Amino acid sequence: MKILVCVKRIPDPDESLKFAGGGLDYSASKWVPNAFDEYAIETALRLAEVVGGTQRLAEVIVLGIGPESQRQQLTQFLAMGADRGIIVDADPDKLDTATVSKLIAAVFKKEAADLLIAGKLSQDNEGGQVPQRVAGLLDVPQASFAATVEWDQGAKALTVGREVDDGVEVKRVPLPAVVSVDLRIVLPKSVKNGSTPATHAYQEGPRLASLKGITMAKRKPVAVLKPSDLGVAVGTNEQVVGVAAPPARKAGQKVKTVEELFEKLTKEAKVI
Amino acid sequence: MSKVLVILETAGGQIRPHCLPGITCAAEIARATGKPLHLLVLGAQPDAAAQAIAAAGYGAAAVHTLAGPTLEPFTAEAWADAIIHAARTLGASVIGGTASSTLRDALPRAAAVLDAPLVSEVVKVKSGDTFVRPISAGRALQDQKVNAGTFFFTARGTEFEHAQPTGAVPVQAVAAAAANTRGAVVQGVQKTESSRPQLTEAKVIVSGGRGMREGANFKLLEQLTDLLGGALGASRAATDAGMVPADLQVGQTGKIVAPELYFAVAISGAIQHLAGMKGSKTIVAINKDAEAPIFQVADYGLVAKWEEAVPRLVELIKARKGA
Repeated sequence: MKILVCVKRIPDPDESLKFAGGGLDYSASKWVPNAFDEYAIETALRLAEVVGGTQRLAEVIVLGIGPESQRQQLTQFLAMGADRGIIVDADPDKLDTATVSKLIAAVFKKEAADLLIAGKLSQDNEGGQVPQRVAGLLDVPQASFAATVEWDQGAKALTVGREVDDGVEVKRVPLPAVVSVDLRIVLPKSVKNGSTPATHAYQEGPRLASLKGITMAKRKPVAVLKPSDLGVAVGTNEQVVGVAAPPARKAGQKVKTVEELFEKLTKEAKVI
Repeated sequence: MSKVLVILETAGGQIRPHCLPGITCAAEIARATGKPLHLLVLGAQPDAAAQAIAAAGYGAAAVHTLAGPTLEPFTAEAWADAIIHAARTLGASVIGGTASSTLRDALPRAAAVLDAPLVSEVVKVKSGDTFVRPISAGRALQDQKVNAGTFFFTARGTEFEHAQPTGAVPVQAVAAAAANTRGAVVQGVQKTESSRPQLTEAKVIVSGGRGMREGANFKLLEQLTDLLGGALGASRAATDAGMVPADLQVGQTGKIVAPELYFAVAISGAIQHLAGMKGSKTIVAINKDAEAPIFQVADYGLVAKWEEAVPRLVELIKARKGA
């Protein structure tokens, strides 16, 4: 079993945005991993490892698209426990979502991977498209917005609980497949691989890299590929022609008592 | 002439109301591009719903049906096949609909196969090829231009009016496509049963946060919710703590809502929560912490403990209703 996880770095979402020249100025931003991509790696690691044993059920490969100089963007994921890395050396600002998806699909094919796990959304661009696009390009089944994953090793299939508007949909997909993960995938019992005891409760959230993990990460191989190695033409047919701050809400008022609140809601806002 | 095609979801022989804003967005794109608006209904037996939709018309030139046994229950795989087939057969060059979990799942897949861009979560149509969409948890609005003969879009449901009936239009069947699920099987949907309106449809929403401490305390919020005929919501902190089901979550990673009246009770107001509700018309915040960021977006802020404020508010509303 080979699991590919694609990751992206984003400007720290806790920093305030700097608007400049009709765009956003990220030159002074601190770059951090997209949270959903950390959840994706955590999911892959929980599938791959056997808690209480030393066996490894899958190889976990972390894939980043960005300049080769940003090798360190993969280091954290390798330190968490991924086995090796791949960087596709390209300027992400000059790639549209369609091209990024083609690059990921090409790496998946080149590696003959069985499963792509990706975050359902990047917190900066919020396109929410890449995993579904990759599944379409690969012509494999997809399970989007996963809150739970159960791996049936014998049947080579995953049973995925998907967060949909009406509740949770349970979808079974044969491998190879694409899974995009939602927040609740990192709850203590969200991922089951059939080998780790089903009663095992993980610590909530993506794991922190251990000191040993950080040391080992430096020795893990990271391959660098060019888009041309993958037969993908780079380019974009999307263009950002402006960025603006949303209109601010007008300043509200503090009320002192419930009675005053009720009065305002009935007489001023006339909403109840 | 190439068409603007809206993909609709139906239930019980009717359009699902959350699809109506997507039609409005598509109608604006149709106007801006001079292309006619067409609607598509997919399903095992889409005819009854298509007839009901065609009777309302919604400003479209026609309603198309595409029937197939693999189109129910929904899978992104079979739906993408059907959407691609319909787009090619009908000559559609703009394809989209409301950004529901269904279309967020299926449309990017179809767009990839057609090598077309997709503009997601459109909040405003600037021209036939330029759209406004929120990024970074709604902290910025991006104008995105697409340079492609064919493109897809999803529309944020809270940002467009519901399409209104305009008069009957014809129903036409698209010849069946080979739609298959690639071996995927939907085993069921665990629905959160509720007699309340859907979060994305409700005029009033009462949401609780971490400060509610435990699920049982949401009973009090339910009282307020039901008095106002609203829907119950929650912050991520509350759903993660298991106080209420995950599908009640409002925020960047949950539902995006914009009701007439939004109560944020014991919610601090993290950016990711604000991203899901700051389009609400009137926001009321009740929080015991006067410094909570939620007060910065609230029209009316009350620094108080929910244990005291909510029961009193319920009393006052009951008294008014009784009067």
